Amino acid sequence: MVSSLVSKAWKKEHFIKNPLIRWIIIVLGVAYLIYALNDMNLNLARMRSGWPRAVDFFHRMFPPDYSRWSMIYKGVAESLQMAIIATTISILLAIPLSLGAAVNISVKFIYVICRAIIVAARSFPPILVAIIFVKAFGFGPFPGIITLAFTALGFMGKLLAEAIENIDMGQVEAIRATGANWFKVQLYGVAPQVLPRYVGLSIYLLDINLRASTIIGIVGAGGIGGALFNSFHRYEYDTALAILIVIIAVVLVMEFISSKVRSRLQ
Amino acid sequence: MTEIINTIWKRFSVKQSLERFFIKFILLLLFIWAAKSINIYWPFVADAPTQGVDLLKRMLPPNVVFVKLIIPSMIETINIATLSTIFAVILSFPLAVLNARNTTPHPLFQGFARIIIVTSRSVNELVWGLIFVVFFGPGAVAGIAALTMRSLGFMAKLVSESIEEIDKGQVEAIRATGANGSKVFLFGVLPQIMPIIIGTSIFRWDINIRQSSVIGIVGAGGIGILLTSSMNMFKWQNVSMILISIFVVVLAGEYVSATVRKKLI
Repeated sequence: MVSSLVSKAWKKEHFIKNPLIRWIIIVLGVAYLIYALNDMNLNLARMRSGWPRAVDFFHRMFPPDYSRWSMIYKGVAESLQMAIIATTISILLAIPLSLGAAVNISVKFIYVICRAIIVAARSFPPILVAIIFVKAFGFGPFPGIITLAFTALGFMGKLLAEAIENIDMGQVEAIRATGANWFKVQLYGVAPQVLPRYVGLSIYLLDINLRASTIIGIVGAGGIGGALFNSFHRYEYDTALAILIVIIAVVLVMEFISSKVRSRLQ
Repeated sequence: MTEIINTIWKRFSVKQSLERFFIKFILLLLFIWAAKSINIYWPFVADAPTQGVDLLKRMLPPNVVFVKLIIPSMIETINIATLSTIFAVILSFPLAVLNARNTTPHPLFQGFARIIIVTSRSVNELVWGLIFVVFFGPGAVAGIAALTMRSLGFMAKLVSESIEEIDKGQVEAIRATGANGSKVFLFGVLPQIMPIIIGTSIFRWDINIRQSSVIGIVGAGGIGILLTSSMNMFKWQNVSMILISIFVVVLAGEYVSATVRKKLI
């Protein structure tokens, strides 16, 4: 008894403990990989020619060409303007939407409608929404702003509704007990509890919108993305790199500001 | 005494109020700058509701028969998302180890890893798509490469943060048994971060399902290619069917990812 225990070497426990399930997952995984890679119709000759193309690409990319600085500046400014306006619209619309989508505040009928809006706005990537709005409303920053406001609304509405669902209902009851009407209950009972979260989310939203606004120009929805796309298509990779560097810098600065503000709020 | 009674309670001191006023003022200025200088063509805006309704009319009803063409393209989209997630998980692992403060062999490696992570995260998947289409030509390979590049930094960042937060006691305990460096990592570090790696991978797969449906716009494979070609041919009823399919697949992906993550963690 004792000797069998001692002589048995220790083995690391597997992450999936049931051996049958473990092996099924492994076999299925390998089978899927083989199938998926086969299904890709890999053209090996074309892939092999990718390397010289990549080398050529990098040669043409360096050094970055900032000679069209005024165009880059205009594009970035437009992206920033789109992000600011869209964020303002969506953080204002998010207030009624999240109140409607919070199960502890809303009534069933409105709850379902608001949740449906949130799901619809969240499920499509911004670029897809942008294509549709560009086709519907024409080129320029206007469809871009609508796109950003719409997708951001879904994001903000969901997170804010969750915050509202987690508030202390005691405070709401207390305000209601003073005889306050519905509007005042929201203002003095609900709003103070979610305000820090609201401000934090707003800044985060500006961050997200700025990222998206630098890219939706690819489909004609305004901002620096259009210039980036054009320089790629004219094989002006040095200009493209310059634009990319500016985009990365702007995005990183915004991310820095956003994380600083949010960590101060918490 | 009367002085105390007559003092009205205020939530903020004068300095705080000034500070808050100042921040609000700057935000207002920013908004005014944005609203005034943005180059919007107003006739488009005025025309927007009519145009929107018009497009919607042309989209309805969705062309259900088109599903026959959508399904193979959608399978390719899901394959792109899955393969790129797998590649990103594998490639991000060494990056995460190099980037974590407590496992990096040298600050130089950490700097190197950080540059890759930041670049990967701050360049959009569509831009990665544009770049890889130049390398590999249009198609799914460029899409896989693009999404792998984009997911890499995301995965590496989250995994390296989880490495930094591990319980040192377990590592010490393994080291105390006389285990060498690789064994300490294998038995002391890895078991602690495994749930995070799996959870993050599934989360990233969910995101990649969304992204792989759009990278076709720049020619990088998947349903996006079908979408752009249908649009260029003004086949709006096909477009609406594609949009519905994307919606369904994205929701299904979100459901699968949420269920699996709940089971594992």
